[in-house]
Amino acid sequence: MTTTTAGNTFTNLANPTRFLNLSGAVLPWMAGVTALLFAVGLFMAFNAPEDYQQGVTVRIMYIHVPAAWLSMMCYTVMAISAIGTLVWRHPLADVSAKAAAPIGAAFTFLALVTGSLWGKPMWGAWWAWGDARLTSVFVLFLMYLGLIALIRAIPDPSRAARLTAIVILVGFVNIPIIKFSVEWWNTLHQPASVIRLDGPSIHPSILYPLLVMALAFTLLFFTLHFSAMRAEIWRRRVASMRRRAAQAAA
Amino acid sequence: MGALFVRDLKLSLRAGGGALLGILFFLAVIAVIPFGVGPDLNLLARIGPAFVWIGALLASLLGLDRLFQIDREDGSLDIMLMQSSPLVLTVLVKCLAHWTATGLPLVIASPFLGLFMNISGVAMAAVFATLLVGSPAITLIGAVGAAVAVALPRGGLLLAVLVLPLSIPVLIFGVSAVNGAIAEPAPFLQPFLMLVAITLFFAVLGPLAAAAALRASSD
Amino acid sequence: MRLVAEDLTVARADRIFFRGVEFGVEEGEALLVTGPNGVGKSTLLRMIAGLLPVPGGRFTLDGLDDRSPGEASHYLGHRNAMKHDMSVRENLTFWQQFMQDDRFEDGAPLFEATESLGLGGLEHLPFGYLSAGQQRRMAMARLLMVHRPVWILDEPTAALDAASSEMFAGLVRRHMADGGIVVAATHQPLGLDAAHSLALDPNDRDVEFAADPFAADGVA
Repeated sequence: MTTTTAGNTFTNLANPTRFLNLSGAVLPWMAGVTALLFAVGLFMAFNAPEDYQQGVTVRIMYIHVPAAWLSMMCYTVMAISAIGTLVWRHPLADVSAKAAAPIGAAFTFLALVTGSLWGKPMWGAWWAWGDARLTSVFVLFLMYLGLIALIRAIPDPSRAARLTAIVILVGFVNIPIIKFSVEWWNTLHQPASVIRLDGPSIHPSILYPLLVMALAFTLLFFTLHFSAMRAEIWRRRVASMRRRAAQAAA
Repeated sequence: MGALFVRDLKLSLRAGGGALLGILFFLAVIAVIPFGVGPDLNLLARIGPAFVWIGALLASLLGLDRLFQIDREDGSLDIMLMQSSPLVLTVLVKCLAHWTATGLPLVIASPFLGLFMNISGVAMAAVFATLLVGSPAITLIGAVGAAVAVALPRGGLLLAVLVLPLSIPVLIFGVSAVNGAIAEPAPFLQPFLMLVAITLFFAVLGPLAAAAALRASSD
Repeated sequence: MRLVAEDLTVARADRIFFRGVEFGVEEGEALLVTGPNGVGKSTLLRMIAGLLPVPGGRFTLDGLDDRSPGEASHYLGHRNAMKHDMSVRENLTFWQQFMQDDRFEDGAPLFEATESLGLGGLEHLPFGYLSAGQQRRMAMARLLMVHRPVWILDEPTAALDAASSEMFAGLVRRHMADGGIVVAATHQPLGLDAAHSLALDPNDRDVEFAADPFAADGVA
C-alpha cells in the first residue's frame, strides 16, 4: 500500500506505534518521579504551619488547589487536542482528547469533594453556592460528563472525533463566559468567597508545598493521560485487527 | 433563505410540529412548582421570575433535537449541504424559524404564566423583555447540540446534557436583570446588556459550530 | 464543461472500495455506474455531490469557473427530500426558491414540471398522500424546476414501473441534449445513447482498509 503523501511526514513523527514505544519508555520514569514528588509534597504539606483560623483543615488545600488547577488544565489539553483533530486531523489528537475526558472529570470531582470537605467547617454546610470558584468547577464537571456521554454515544470513532472536538471547543470558548457570569452572580448574592488565595500574600511556608503538590499533580495527570492514551491506542488496534479478520474471512 | 424560514415555520406550526407542545410543557412546569413549594403567594412572587425563566429554558430545549433531524431523515439536509449559499446562514435561518415557532410563543405566554406565580407587573414586563432577548441564545447554542446529536438515537437527552451547562450564563443574566428591575439596589441595564451580548455572541458561535458538526456527521 | 475524476479513491469511513478511478464526462454525456449492491456506487455518487470527503485524488468540473461539482449538481438519492406534511406545490416551490442560483438559468415552472412527469393536477395534495411511485416522480420534478448542469442520480427508477421509468429516461435524455451531464448509479439501463459506463466489479478490486494509523504495523 502506498500512502506517501505530504501529510504523512507529520503523521509519522507521532504515529501511534511510535507513541507507544516512546511513552512505554518514559512512563515508568514519569510514574516514579510522580510518586517521589507526592512523597515530598505530602511531607512538606503536613509540616506546613496550620492556619490560625482554619486549623488543620487548611491542609486540604494542598489537594484541592492542585486538583482545581488540573481540572482546568485538562480541559485545555482537550481543547488543544480538538484543534489537532479539526485542523490537522491527527489521529493521536483524538486519542488524546478521548483519554483526557475521564481523567479531567476525576480531577474535577476531586476538586469538588475536597472543596466541599474544606468548606464544611466554615460554611456549616457541605455545599455553598456562595463560592464562585467551586460553583464554576461544578459547571465544568457537568461539561466533562456531557462530553463523556457524547463520546460514548457515537459508535464510529472517526466521526466521534470531529463531533467531540467541535463540542470541546464550543465549551472551551464558553468557560470564560460561564466563569464570569457565575462570579458576577455570586457578588450579587453574597460578599467575597471564603476560600481566597491571593497570590503575593501567601507565605512561602504554604506556597512551596503547594507548588510541589501542583507539580506532582501535573505529572500525575500526564502519567495517567499517557497510560489512558496507550490503552485507547491498543483498543483501536484490536478493533482494527478484528475488522481485518472479518474482512479476510469474508 | 426567506423560503426556508417560511417552510420551517410552517412545519413547526402544523400538527406534529411540536410548537404547541413546548407551550404545554412550559405550562405544566409552572403548574407543578406551587405544588412543590406551597401556595405561599409572597414566596411565589419572590421565586416566580426565576421559575418562569427555568421553565422557558427547559421548554426551549424540548423540541431542539428535531431541528436538523427531520431534514436529515428525508434527505433534505443533503441538498442543503450541497448549495453554494453558506451553510452557516442556512443554520442561522433554521434557528430563527425554530425560535419564532417555539421560543417566541413561550415569551408571549410568560406574562400569563407569571400571573400564576403572583408576579408583579414590573417583574412580568422584565421577564418578558429578558426572555425576548435571551431565549434566542438558548436556541442558537442548542443548535450545536442538535447538529451533534443529529444522527444519534437518543439525541434529545444528549442535547440537554450538553447544552444546559452552556446556557447557565443566559439564565444568570436573565434572572439577574429581572431581579434588578424589581429590587432597587441591583442593576437592571447591566445584566440586560450582558444578555444581549451573549445572544449576539451565540448568533455567531452557534451556527458556525453547528454547520461544522453537520458537515462532520454527513455520511 | 466537463466532469473529471483523476486518480480517485472511493472510500467510506475506513474502507477503501476502489483506487485510481478515472473518468471524464463531457456535456451531453452520461456516466452509468453499475455493479452489485455494496460495491460503492452510492459512495462514489455522494463523493461527487460533495457529501462525503474525497480521501484521495480529485473531482473537477472544468469550464464552470471554480465551482465545486456539488454546487452545480442535482442529487437524487434514495430519499426524496420532500415533506409529507406539506403539499407538493409547497415542497417544490420551496426547493425552487431555496436552490435559486443566479449563475444558472431558470428552471421550468411548477405545472410544466409536474406535467412532464405525468402528475399534472396533483400539486395541491399533501406529499404524503401520494403513492410511493408518485412520490418518487414528484421528487424528480425538482430536477426540472431548478436548473443544474450535472444530475447525480442514485437508483432513480428503483421504485418506478416500466412506463414511468421510460418517462424519466426521456427527461434524462432531454437534459443531456440540452448539454447536461448525468452520473447515474442504476441496475436498469436507462436507454441512454452517449453513455460511458463505469462498472464497479467486486472481483476486480482488492478491498482494503484505509491507511489505519492504529493498525499493528502502525503505518499500514
